[in-house]
Amino acid sequence: MRLTVNGTEHDVLSPPLTPLLQVLREELSITSPKAGCQQGGCGACTVLVDGEPRRSCLTPIASIEGASVATVEGLGTPEELSPVQAAFHEHYAAQCGFCTSGFMMAAEALVQRDGETSREEVIEALSGHICRCTGYVKIIDAVTAAVNGDVDTARVEVDQSPRGDEAVTLIPGSPA
Amino acid sequence: MAVPVEATDVVAPSSLDAAVAAFADGSDVTIVGGGTIVLPEITHGRVRPRRALLLGGAGLAGVRSESGRTTIGAMTSVADLESAPEPLGEAARHVADAEVRAQATIGGNLCAPPGVESPRGDLQAALIALGADVRSTGAGGERTEPVEAFLAAGPEGRLVLEVSFADPEAGASASVRRPHAHAYTIMRVCAARTGGEVRLAVSGAGPRGIRLKAAEAALAGGGDAAAAAERAVDDVTPQDDALASAWYRGKTLPVLVRRALNDLG
Repeated sequence: MRLTVNGTEHDVLSPPLTPLLQVLREELSITSPKAGCQQGGCGACTVLVDGEPRRSCLTPIASIEGASVATVEGLGTPEELSPVQAAFHEHYAAQCGFCTSGFMMAAEALVQRDGETSREEVIEALSGHICRCTGYVKIIDAVTAAVNGDVDTARVEVDQSPRGDEAVTLIPGSPA
Repeated sequence: MAVPVEATDVVAPSSLDAAVAAFADGSDVTIVGGGTIVLPEITHGRVRPRRALLLGGAGLAGVRSESGRTTIGAMTSVADLESAPEPLGEAARHVADAEVRAQATIGGNLCAPPGVESPRGDLQAALIALGADVRSTGAGGERTEPVEAFLAAGPEGRLVLEVSFADPEAGASASVRRPHAHAYTIMRVCAARTGGEVRLAVSGAGPRGIRLKAAEAALAGGGDAAAAAERAVDDVTPQDDALASAWYRGKTLPVLVRRALNDLG
């Protein structure tokens, strides 16, 4: 069956009841949707299906034949972050990062909606997403800013310098 | 741990008639409606369908309101019930979260196997209180029956087509919820007055929605909300799960009955 992911069309070979999450991660190597609870409770696997936020772990691919799927890989680039990505960066909204992709795609669906979005509506829209670092306040700050256009993508500079060769001292004075 | 999903014979009918024909007597058929309950079962290898019936394109979704009666197709999403007559709207607004509500269906909610960790079938109490009828098909053909009869017989071998009820004069509900990123409803009491008669039911107290007949009788006999609350647990054997103990449910249920009835007015 055919599936368009981030604008690229794919022929999917997995059996028809395979969850979209498994198809994305294991067949197409698109790994931003995370396999958290795999029973619809955590929101880490949320992607957009034809623009609507959807738990990819609950969605058999046979039910979305021909659909258009969007994941974090399709949002922005390190050089040019999307407004949601820039807002997460600006507001320090990621800690361990496991839940971040799901939050970002739920936020992206809000951004694509027209009109003002209140903080309460943001909280309601994100309520299916669990952050086990419990960084909710900063996430809600970031998403509220992004959906209301209160983010300057040009202000963000992402440090992409390689870290592998550097000795990283986590605690001053401790062994590297 | 996820297991590889096996190749299954999948049928995705594009009309109601085709869906009914494909379901036939329901033997060996796994229905995939919204998928919110059955997909995790498949993912974790607890259900291995031989034949699966995908209902997304079968034209079973939609809410009709005519001549004082509301009719809801089985594939109507829980999200589309958020503005349904009370107490159904309130119950729908508190199922899971917005993303799951957009995918989960009323048919699935009626056919949900009892949850192990937390209750399922949050809409059942509302539908019992509204005196809803369930139209289903399967072995022996089509039948329409009160939602309590459908729940008592169980969903095996049945394909739910639609649910309908006479619009109530008033509806109300009261619930106890567990604070969480998305607050689970532990238990919800629903009350509705239709044709002057008040019906009461609870979801989350046992494996499926239960009508509170003793409390209804107390009301019908001239008792007030407090009198009905005293009879709240007569029809219920409260259960333990990860959200609350049976003891807590037994203590809370009368309070919810009283609150729902006071709200009903």
